[in-house]
Amino acid sequence: MNTPLLPAHDPAAKPQRAVLLGVGNILLSDEGVGVRLVERILDRHRLPAGVAVLDGGTCAMEMLEDLEHLDLLVIADCVRSGRAPGSVVVLRDDEVPAFFRTKLSPHQVGLADVLATLRFLGRAPRCTVVVGVEPQSLATGMSLSSAVRAALPLAEEALLDALAGGGCALAALREAA
Amino acid sequence: MSQRIVIDPVTRIEGHLRVDVEVADGRVAKAWASGQMWRGVENILVGRDPRDAWAITQRICGVCTTVHAICSVRAVENALKLEIPLNANYIRNLIILAHAIHDHIVHFYHLSALDWVDVTSALKADPAKAAALAESLSTWSGNSRHEFAKVKERLSGFVGTGQLGIFTNGYWGHPAMKLPPEVNLIAVSHYLQALEVQRYANKIVSILGSKTPHIQNVAVGGVANPLAVDAQSVLTVERLMAIKGWIDKLEDFVKNVYLVDVAAIGAFYPEWTQIGRGIVDYLAAPDIPLDGKGETFALPGGHIADGDLGKFTRIRSFADDYLLKGVSEAVKHSWYEYKAGDAASLHPYEGETAPRYTDFQDEGKYSWLKSPTLYGKPMQVGPLARVLTMLAAGHEPTKKYATETLARVSSIAGIEVGLDAMHSTIGRHAARAVSCAVQVDELAKQWDLLLANMAKGDLDTFNAPSFPRGEQRGMGFHEAPRGILSHWVVIEDGKIRNYQCVVPTTWNAAPRNEKDVPGAYEACLVDTPVAVPEQPLEVLRTVHSFDPCLACAVHVLDTEQAEVVRVKAA
Repeated sequence: MNTPLLPAHDPAAKPQRAVLLGVGNILLSDEGVGVRLVERILDRHRLPAGVAVLDGGTCAMEMLEDLEHLDLLVIADCVRSGRAPGSVVVLRDDEVPAFFRTKLSPHQVGLADVLATLRFLGRAPRCTVVVGVEPQSLATGMSLSSAVRAALPLAEEALLDALAGGGCALAALREAA
Repeated sequence: MSQRIVIDPVTRIEGHLRVDVEVADGRVAKAWASGQMWRGVENILVGRDPRDAWAITQRICGVCTTVHAICSVRAVENALKLEIPLNANYIRNLIILAHAIHDHIVHFYHLSALDWVDVTSALKADPAKAAALAESLSTWSGNSRHEFAKVKERLSGFVGTGQLGIFTNGYWGHPAMKLPPEVNLIAVSHYLQALEVQRYANKIVSILGSKTPHIQNVAVGGVANPLAVDAQSVLTVERLMAIKGWIDKLEDFVKNVYLVDVAAIGAFYPEWTQIGRGIVDYLAAPDIPLDGKGETFALPGGHIADGDLGKFTRIRSFADDYLLKGVSEAVKHSWYEYKAGDAASLHPYEGETAPRYTDFQDEGKYSWLKSPTLYGKPMQVGPLARVLTMLAAGHEPTKKYATETLARVSSIAGIEVGLDAMHSTIGRHAARAVSCAVQVDELAKQWDLLLANMAKGDLDTFNAPSFPRGEQRGMGFHEAPRGILSHWVVIEDGKIRNYQCVVPTTWNAAPRNEKDVPGAYEACLVDTPVAVPEQPLEVLRTVHSFDPCLACAVHVLDTEQAEVVRVKAA
């Protein structure tokens, strides 16, 4: 993965500044779906200027700088909301803190703290979208369950839509011959 | 009548920890620490290429990524008796130290200071008085009246909205909060400044590690950073100069803010030098090797028995037998089973990770953590163990910062505070700051060493490993921010046959061992006063002083679980 280390910030710059962030623990099968989704998107798309893709794993404060002053933050995550495994949910802006408060995500503490800190500093993203996938299995292991694997195209589309909706459409790479 | 307080989960830590205490006559009589998640990562590693283990183990936890990566390659190199190039050693050392400084600053200001600092009280502070006080203690440029007034204004706007955000879960107005409003305002201002400063440490890790937050440059045999004095897109002198600039900023903050704040806050809580002593057998690893084999170290380590610095056994090298032969882990009170039964304590090379969950049983099994011992004794690990073992080894920089800090506390508190005060809850915070000052100096030294070595024309960073047939065993250790970490690998015909990680929090948060002896948290909590059972702030102070890291996200929380503290008759 070749993502810019420290994307330069210029508030006046066009296009918009956006981050697509995949979070989760890839050692716990479906828990890592957020990371798997951003890997998949990176493999298949060209990133326009101003858009960075970040594999956040289960990290927290280390991401603070990368998430400051964004126009758009799109988070891919595993979400437990009692829906059928593989269901894709999309949460926006005001729904996001509530989503973390009810602890639907098994690693809510770190990212919730980062977002709260950004709000306190007055550097929170202007828009935040969470695309969550309901897990089938959180067992120790590095592969996704069949239900979640089957949901990847839908979740990928939701992530791309969220980026496009914020003025950051990604162009697909041609399939390698 | 005694009461049982259940704190589940403990907040502002990494991962899911449950702590139960039985309180009688306002003090903790008995304590249980319970890791509420299963770490079966070792099982994922079996059968894999040992060269891939570091990338997998760095996903164990969101805080300790680099730590597991480095310990893992050290274990495999130890198994192969593989020496690494000097440059690789220095680059790893820079990453280790920058990460540790980041971790310590974030722990103190963002995860634990709020146990001692009352944010709402800061609103009553007089910024001019706060500035006069802060300027009497330090030359830090961020201590002006203007700065404090600005912070107070921002804070009151924030609190006025009723949304405490990052400051929720604090026990504001609790009777155990003792700081004057001005000290609270200074601390909140430094909390915000620490958010700015921590990024410099993180930048160092990202530049050297090629990526953040998961580093990518580590390899069995060295590092994957191509070095050059001129070329683009490699680790150039220009990038190294940027790193030097960030080291200077970190040094300024650690010495003129962090060390001073710990002493000032500690001076207002002198009773906390008498609380949280618990286990005084200390274990710390030597680290920051000065050669490619791990035979000499900048920061010494070893074992102190019975809290007596005279009873010190030094760990001398990566090949030292003392640690290798002394570590074993029991599961009598853990949700695992051994083929040999609950009375066994297994050496990590023979370690088994087979889960057997029961309910929480006070006298039986109650934790997902195993119970490690050194020659049959539980240990306390972490910055306090590190500082005390460095003192026992006669490490001059540690002596300097420890002495200065104790003198500063004594002068602010107006009482004589000696080294014995370090064996305590507040002592663990002081030790972390002392350690951080030592580490920031060492960071600058390692930078010098790297540049001097490159200037000699040595640009090597990697010695390729080769895996012979048959079996090799290796132990890698690392003095991580939270204490000694060890990875134990058994390789057979080039594949991993067994892998065990003995992490710092396992030492400290261990349940009772095979002889029913409590672990460090459990022992340190006994006798802690509890003023308000529904708000067990004092219990959290002692638990947070260890900087718990239960390896994030391995747990599964119930979606409905909102309850944090339960109190019932015991």
